[in-house]
Amino acid sequence: MKAVADKLPLDIETIRLDFPILKRKVNGYPLVYLDNAATSQTPQQVIDVIVDYYSNYNANIHRGVHSLSQEATDKYEAARKKIQQHFNVAKSHEIIFTSGTTHSINLVANGFAQELNTGDEIIVSALEHHSNIVPWQMLCEKTGAVLKVIPMTQEGELDMDAFHKLLSDKTKMVFVNHVSNALGTVNPIEEIIEATHKAGAAILVDGAQAAPHIKADLQALDVDFYVVSAHKMCGPTGVGMLYGKEKWLNKLPPYQGGGEMIATVSFEKTTYAELPHKFEAGTPNICGGIAFGAALDYMNAIGFENIASYEHMLLEYATKELLEIEGLKIYGTSKDKTAVISFNIEGLHPYDIGTIVDKLGIAVRTGHHCAQPIMDFFKIPGTVRASFSFYNTFEEVDVFISAIKKAKMMLQ
Amino acid sequence: MTIQEIQEEIVDEFSMFDDWMQRYEYMIELGKSLPLIEEKYKVEENLIKGCQSKVWVHADLIGDKLAFSADSDAIITKGIVAILIRAYSNQHPTDILEADNKFIDEIGLKEHLSPTRANGLVSMIKQLKMYAIAYQTQLD
Ligand SMILES: Cc1ncc(COP(=O)(O)O)c(C=O)c1O
Repeated sequence: MKAVADKLPLDIETIRLDFPILKRKVNGYPLVYLDNAATSQTPQQVIDVIVDYYSNYNANIHRGVHSLSQEATDKYEAARKKIQQHFNVAKSHEIIFTSGTTHSINLVANGFAQELNTGDEIIVSALEHHSNIVPWQMLCEKTGAVLKVIPMTQEGELDMDAFHKLLSDKTKMVFVNHVSNALGTVNPIEEIIEATHKAGAAILVDGAQAAPHIKADLQALDVDFYVVSAHKMCGPTGVGMLYGKEKWLNKLPPYQGGGEMIATVSFEKTTYAELPHKFEAGTPNICGGIAFGAALDYMNAIGFENIASYEHMLLEYATKELLEIEGLKIYGTSKDKTAVISFNIEGLHPYDIGTIVDKLGIAVRTGHHCAQPIMDFFKIPGTVRASFSFYNTFEEVDVFISAIKKAKMMLQ
Repeated sequence: MTIQEIQEEIVDEFSMFDDWMQRYEYMIELGKSLPLIEEKYKVEENLIKGCQSKVWVHADLIGDKLAFSADSDAIITKGIVAILIRAYSNQHPTDILEADNKFIDEIGLKEHLSPTRANGLVSMIKQLKMYAIAYQTQLD
């Protein structure tokens, strides 16, 4: 792959030096980390910010008059602004810090209870992370609303004709992911958002899998809610964001009661704090929020266009090499996908393949990837999923391909 | 042979290999000798929970001994269950309950002993012992 190296859109050798974990050995082999869709690795620049926080200015925010508290508050609010700028959001208080995508989705689903009546409809897609369907099922049970599902095609794309037919004046909320975690399909969210609004409904887009690869302009998208987790984009675990349009965030009730989210409290009545604090009860993940901002700085310095075009080269190369293996089938063959390859080899169980390649130092995911409905659709128990990031190399793809071939030889 | 003797025999066999690949290849080989469960027993009740792959185990009481049969849709899992069954099958329930599982560590499959590991080796052992408890009360 040397010839290609000169034409790469990013300086891969320098980038890899930023990630201490990539120097690790696993089971005696150099780590080849291809489970980026589950969580990404953390660059030294972000680790330094975490260490700096606990070493130099750890304090509770928004409360103390003392200097440390002020410093921590300033950094935390600066991180909120970074996130605001990154996603091109109009107002910084439209960014709510949460513990991650799951928390963000539950916050919105919970708030929607008061918007719904029996017979109203919520539309979700067949491509969802199944844990994210649960909050909507719970909401339907609570309110008598009905859950409708946008079906998928053999290519792993949403059936858009079916979606347009599902929309009606009964539709109150649409929930889709921007990118599918199991297959990597990039969904046509522009079209989905526009149609949803025409039908008079609100839309929440799960950006957990998109955010590491695509810089979404949330004002241009005109989406009502957009949610992400920092740990999938070079940040720490346990922190994420909920973006909501101001009018929606004002309308929705708070999710949790506690400190930070109140203006005045008496036993008769409590008035809620202004946005964003209304949704940020209790001491948040302060260090995590600041490190999330640092992770965005890091990725933006490399550039999302460079990231996307490099990852696409990895995807094309890995896809081509994998398809040369006899009996190998890739699930999710949309033209527009992120660097995720979900596959099986005829006659072999994904678990067996994952176990053998792990012994060779390669981290892939096996199983249903929290997307049981997708596996049921293809009538398979699961897949092997390799998901690539901008710090992976063509050499690692070669190592991965030869490990898969070795596993196939051992297992057949 | 007692359970312990069989376990020692298995440890001996595995000690001939000096790398993980040979051990895994042998385990896969052993999987092929697994006493297969009859199709009619491949039902939900016999499915072991906590495995990424499917594993079914069935037990028959023959005299005062338990005979296990099993199957799995994943070949490595099949190898693991074959090793377990070789050690525990055709033994008295009391002996099965008293047996320990150190030999798994000794044959270099320690990584499969972690309770969080998705292959469910720990659940398999638990299941074999559950059968032993059930039949032990029947024998008493
Ligand atoms: C599409 C999608 N949504 C939501 C989640 C859940 O994210 P978290 O566990 O960070 O809340 C994931 C993570 O796997 C995901 O891929």
